Amino acid sequence: MTGIVGTRVEGLSGFARRALFYLLLTLGALAFLLPFLYMLSTAFKGPRELYDLNLVPREPTLEHFRAVFTQIPIGRALFNSALVYLLQTASVLVFSSIVGYALSRLRFFGREFVFNVILLTMMIPGQLLLIPLYVLIVRLGWTDSYQGLIVPGMISAFGIFMFRQNFKTIPQELIDAARVDGASELTILFRIIWPLSAPVLITVGIFTFMGGWNDFLWPSLVNRDIQYQTLTQMVTLYGIGGQAGGQVGAVMASSLIAVLPMIVVYLLFQRYYLQGIAGTGVKG
Amino acid sequence: MSATSGTVGDAGGWLSRAAEALSPRRIWREMRRSNPVGYLFVLPYVLFFAVFIAYPFGFAFYLTVHNWNIVRPEKPFVGARNFEILFQDPLFWKALGNTAIFLAVHIPLQIAVALLLAVVLNQPLRARGLFRTAYFLPYVTSGAIVSLVWLRLYADDGLLNQALEAMGLGPVGWLSDPRVAMPSIAVMATWKNVGYYLMIFLASLQAIPNQLYEEAYLNGANAWQRFRYITFPLLNPAFILVVVLSTIGGFSLFVEPFVMTGGGPLDSTLSLVLYLYQQAFQFLRMGYAATIGVVLALLIFIVTLIQRRFLEREVGY
Repeated sequence: MTGIVGTRVEGLSGFARRALFYLLLTLGALAFLLPFLYMLSTAFKGPRELYDLNLVPREPTLEHFRAVFTQIPIGRALFNSALVYLLQTASVLVFSSIVGYALSRLRFFGREFVFNVILLTMMIPGQLLLIPLYVLIVRLGWTDSYQGLIVPGMISAFGIFMFRQNFKTIPQELIDAARVDGASELTILFRIIWPLSAPVLITVGIFTFMGGWNDFLWPSLVNRDIQYQTLTQMVTLYGIGGQAGGQVGAVMASSLIAVLPMIVVYLLFQRYYLQGIAGTGVKG
Repeated sequence: MSATSGTVGDAGGWLSRAAEALSPRRIWREMRRSNPVGYLFVLPYVLFFAVFIAYPFGFAFYLTVHNWNIVRPEKPFVGARNFEILFQDPLFWKALGNTAIFLAVHIPLQIAVALLLAVVLNQPLRARGLFRTAYFLPYVTSGAIVSLVWLRLYADDGLLNQALEAMGLGPVGWLSDPRVAMPSIAVMATWKNVGYYLMIFLASLQAIPNQLYEEAYLNGANAWQRFRYITFPLLNPAFILVVVLSTIGGFSLFVEPFVMTGGGPLDSTLSLVLYLYQQAFQFLRMGYAATIGVVLALLIFIVTLIQRRFLEREVGY
């Protein structure tokens, strides 16, 4: 696609160069995929081959999944994670886009100040707020509850930042025309801006959902009661606690259940991940 | 921001301008001219900010000067005592040293692998998307869960040692040897995150105009010279971003040692955040844990500032 590429390896014929690159890429890809392949195959391996190096199970079994479902309420955890992080993601999309809209399309005194404060909050390391935020949740009586997981992440500075940058690029004439027709600012945001901003909405949505779903630390502080545990939390505790009792197959089966939704989301929405990364600073 | 405005003679003028800008009359005048919907729309954030960011931020510093145990009713003011204890705490220094070991392995490895893969992926090859998918996969999965998998790979009788044995090499105590455990975790963390950094490099590589390479090529620059004098300088912003973000990631290390080693063997993988976690939730010493958090935040701030200062290069073409 590109003409003269910057870091072309010279002194090799085109074919040899290509072969070298493909070899490098393939070895790399194998190294990256191996832990996943190990997880996948171990989850289905029979008891006699669990510790063998073969990647394709010789005596495939669903026994490990059966063990997981009888030992921990993993269905409940799946439900909890889906509920908590879908609600949180919806909240981030609505509230962050309202703020992002105000910061990009409405004129008011102090706008730049608010935006700078938001940028500053992105620089506060999470560990600084971890303990005081936990104490706050205890005082609010929100331990062992859904709101303790959802509310501290209801608006995100990342979301506001992304929405502000994107909403800026929408032509003013569209907004003016709607205002002439008597549309309220909320109508403009949700009826005109949102339909034009599907990529950034998906990007922010995916990153918010992924961040929540994969988190272990915060749920493990806030929720001890097994009723409210998230999937990542429950599977991790199952894997390191005594409950799995060293059953490698069951640990890998439960791990597979925990990571599979994220892998599916990733495969479906790949290009939005790239936009999220590109949007956060590279071209800034 | 401009360096010339800081002269002494100008200080008076600057002050009076600031006073004028912040005078209640002017603020009132400006606010009346503003769109009131703007204030209404930022209100949710202002409330959220007050409760879940500003209050905990202030409370963090309050906690550092108190002996604050969550189950004991009396929480006495202790001044700088928590900081004094922290700076004499051998486990704090141990955790700090462990973080240094982690960063010393993680950052160079991360940059080398990410840059190499980015350069290769920037070539006109088929199936690039497929490879990119593979490299990025660890990044989208939970660190806690993949740590469970690596725990098995790194185990004394695990996959890696079995593979070594098959090649006639002795077993390595990946997580059981105190000298090896932290570098092992650093390698695993690189595997986990390199896809992200690779994308940062790749985006920057693609932003470099081809014309630069064509001109250099016509002027007889060889591949290495083109990399050294075009690619490398123009990658500087991405390079700094990668160094700074991996440093922050290194200081935030928690879930990998929590799952794989619990901080052992012999505290060799105890990270600062793991130590904070233990103090807060095993010993319930919230004041002391908050002190670790504040010192950690300051460390991140100072180290990344120094990195920026030393790595930033002016580039103009």
